[in-house]
Amino acid sequence: MLGEYVPVLITLVVAMGLAATFILLTTILGPKRYLRVKMEPFECGVEQLVSPRRRFSVKFYLVAMLFILFDIEVVFLYPWAVRFRELGWYGFGAMMIFLGVVFITLAYEWRKGALDWD
Amino acid sequence: MQQLFYVFGSLAVASGLLMVLQRNPITAAMNLVVTMFSLAALFVLLSAHFIAVIQLLVYAGAIMVLFIFVIMLLNLQDDELRPRGRNFIHLVSVAVVLFAMAQLWQLLSRTPAIPLAPVDEAYGTTGEMGMLLFSDYLFPFEIVSILILAAIVGAVVLAKRRLD
Repeated sequence: MLGEYVPVLITLVVAMGLAATFILLTTILGPKRYLRVKMEPFECGVEQLVSPRRRFSVKFYLVAMLFILFDIEVVFLYPWAVRFRELGWYGFGAMMIFLGVVFITLAYEWRKGALDWD
Repeated sequence: MQQLFYVFGSLAVASGLLMVLQRNPITAAMNLVVTMFSLAALFVLLSAHFIAVIQLLVYAGAIMVLFIFVIMLLNLQDDELRPRGRNFIHLVSVAVVLFAMAQLWQLLSRTPAIPLAPVDEAYGTTGEMGMLLFSDYLFPFEIVSILILAAIVGAVVLAKRRLD
């Protein structure tokens, strides 16, 4: 059973090796000349107006939260989808009850305007 | 198998320690990703294949995004991250944790080793999970939808109040 994870391991090793090689090559081969003008932060040729480390709006957080909850909902669809034929109408009914409740939540947040950006 | 457990177990502990000892919140979060990954590997060793994938997808993926958002939301500046002086509470909490670990070690060393029963090839796969979910654990499964409902209502109520 663990043998099935060998491709995962190979992908992992290749990905880490590639990233490490690129970082190593740029540090060794890349020229490093720190000029004062070059190091100055700018955006589209304009000098910096405000600090880039500003606070993020709480709106992003709400979107991330809703994403995770619906992500978890989708996770439950996988085991059902794999055994869809064996579970038949019984599984379909059980899943529809589950999805029904989750759909109520979607309707709720839609009506509440949680999906609107403004 | 056992060696792999020790590899990923120590990786989880090491990255967890690094996360706690890190002063930069983003670096700490990246260490947490390594912890999540090691835990996923430990789930694989327990033949919980589906859980391992979900651990990576939901925890190392989605939950980490949430953590990063919180870090960006709080946007702590360098002077706020400087360590404060140690006080009596710190000493007591360290002592309590050490005592609890000693107790746990005692308990574990006294517990006789249980021989591992061989599990079925399909054990812990998505299909087997599905069969269990729709038979023995149907009620908890349906309750999860109510839990999602409650969580979304909570999130919307809390975040929307801040916006208005």
